[in-house]
Amino acid sequence: MIKKFIYLEWKAFTRSASFGKNLAMKILIGFIMLYFSLIFIAMGVGAFYILKEMKLEPLVTVNKFLIYYFIADLVMRLLLQSIPVLNIKPLLVLPFKRPTIVHFSLGKTALSFFNWIHGLFFIPFSVVLFIEGYDIAGITFWLLAIFSLIYINNFLNIILTNIDRLFVVFVGIAIVLGAAQYYDLFDITAFLTPIFHGFYTIKGLFLIPFLVLIGLYIFSFRYLKDNLFIDAGLSQKVDIATTENLSWLNQFGTLGTFLKNDIKLIKRNKRSKTTIVMSFLFLFYGLIFFGNTHQPVAMQIFAGIFVSGGFLFVFGQFVPSWDSSYYQLMMTQNIPYRGYITSKWWLIVIGTFVSTILASFYLFYGLEVYLTIVVGAIYNIGVNSHLVLLGGAFTKTPIDLNSGGGAFGDKKAFNVNAMLLSLPKIFLPVLLYGIGLYFDNKNLGLALVAIAGILGFVFKEKVFSLIEKIYKREKYSTINAYKQKS
Amino acid sequence: MIQVSQLSKKYNETTVLNISNLEIPKGQSFGLVGNNGAGKTTFFSLLLDLIQPTTGYIKNNDIQVNSNENWKSFTGSFLDESFLIGYLTPEEYFYFIGDLHHQNKADIDVLLAKYEEFFNGEILKNKKYLRDLSKGNQKKVGIIATLIGNPEVIILDEPFANLDPTTVSRLKKIIKELAEDPNITVLVSSHDLQHTVEVCDRIVALNKGEIVKDIQTSKETLQELESFFAV
Repeated sequence: MIKKFIYLEWKAFTRSASFGKNLAMKILIGFIMLYFSLIFIAMGVGAFYILKEMKLEPLVTVNKFLIYYFIADLVMRLLLQSIPVLNIKPLLVLPFKRPTIVHFSLGKTALSFFNWIHGLFFIPFSVVLFIEGYDIAGITFWLLAIFSLIYINNFLNIILTNIDRLFVVFVGIAIVLGAAQYYDLFDITAFLTPIFHGFYTIKGLFLIPFLVLIGLYIFSFRYLKDNLFIDAGLSQKVDIATTENLSWLNQFGTLGTFLKNDIKLIKRNKRSKTTIVMSFLFLFYGLIFFGNTHQPVAMQIFAGIFVSGGFLFVFGQFVPSWDSSYYQLMMTQNIPYRGYITSKWWLIVIGTFVSTILASFYLFYGLEVYLTIVVGAIYNIGVNSHLVLLGGAFTKTPIDLNSGGGAFGDKKAFNVNAMLLSLPKIFLPVLLYGIGLYFDNKNLGLALVAIAGILGFVFKEKVFSLIEKIYKREKYSTINAYKQKS
Repeated sequence: MIQVSQLSKKYNETTVLNISNLEIPKGQSFGLVGNNGAGKTTFFSLLLDLIQPTTGYIKNNDIQVNSNENWKSFTGSFLDESFLIGYLTPEEYFYFIGDLHHQNKADIDVLLAKYEEFFNGEILKNKKYLRDLSKGNQKKVGIIATLIGNPEVIILDEPFANLDPTTVSRLKKIIKELAEDPNITVLVSSHDLQHTVEVCDRIVALNKGEIVKDIQTSKETLQELESFFAV
């Protein structure tokens, strides 16, 4: 029975629109994944010696931060990890037993990237602990406990996935706990470190998370099984619709027509709403770089680009895929391509502008930091906005806006692959900024990046003609790719 | 109005459509019938420049569709649900299409009022997005949307499928009215011989991509077609 499922999964994987056609892209992503895996392994091996160097007891220190690690993991999962369920509806009426369907769906999540990635850190770390003379039984039990906790997160994500915006609560908890600890009001780690350390010292304590895990598995199994009906877990939530005119946009002519549509697109679909949340999170990306002496100075412009460009990277990346479900309509309507692209461009510009305003809290780090962000915004508007639109012509991954709702809906937005592909867009500004730094003049670096942005803006019409041409050339293969529902 | 010349579409080595010559004069109501895979949707997709022909071309009002986009301003079409924008309400969808044809809200309201009976109270002011409507109701929206902007060519793929009997008869009435207008060319495809015969002046039957019958509708047409397809 399971063999049949695996057969279906394999077919779904190899026949998806994005596979095969883009082998080069797959290889690139493969390399990037390999790179990050190696970094994780290196961290696992290195953590012990680095902490030793800092005169800290490695295991205790890791245990101390585990609570934040797990909260962060859960937040990441709620945002990014989709529940990979094969198309369940057609299976319901076939001679599959319902429990088999659910077991398989749950089992599949266990193999997810979000689970084994942790192994890349914890397993090398444990091996090093063993080599350094820690008790092997204790380490094994500790590792078992950690993995139980990771899988507890996995199943929590499944159960909690239907509750919107829950991740905000967890982010809030993490911030409150972190702040309380920082200001010495309340130290959660004081309570939890002994427990995490107990997994190592007290034999058998690991059974507690392990049993919790089994309990959670049974609970999610029952939950999904009970909801395996087309009017329950498999149903689509029906929203109460409100007609909005947004007639103030009429003054912009065709541009206004498209903007109206795009605003509704973002507001009314789960997937696109997530992009707004993600671009908001991007605002805080700079906190890693600014005022941090461990980071190379050249990376400040990197932060500047990302802080203002969150919307550009998460939304712009997928133009025109956002319109994939009705692309045939767009292609037969009386629509000038130029107007369509321009409206998307404006949307990106508005998004960048708003991000830049919101990022004004970076003034706290000084005028120069904020200037870096503003320069990043200029570059984003002038150059990167064109690059994402250009890239969009080749993306061709249909986005199923209508999905979402039921417990089985694949509603998670945000494609990690596309994120990685946006890396090239920041090499040029880092290079230009680096030139400025080479001459020991930060302002020169900023000026160079800004000039690049302004140049891009000056040649906007030229670039648009080029983009238009490419969109037209790609039209037929785009229509064909969008016909395949992922 | 529509000229087809040496048109063929091949996927790998399989020919799915091959029409050497076909002319549809202005004002005609044209019915395309055939079994599954006969090439009906392929023909309409070619006519709308959604796929590329392997050879030949189609001219819509003397505009070659795959080299000039001006046909879009006078052609209304609805092939399937992928012509609908799921997250809009029906009203917003009509206004959106209206905007693209430079029709204001009042123009659209006049048009919608005319088809209130066809909507049967299930479309407008129902607080539902298009994605949450039933297949039949989605179809109603798509069909009426093709009439926005006074099109001269109207293309409907399988308009009768998924509709309830009452709506089918109302739709037939609408198509007949359109067919009577000498400025409007209507193209309809269907599996249903009887419906097609009722609304069309001329019927072309496709089989495996080739035209096998081309008849002006008369009393005997239905019988002729039925005996042809009854194998």
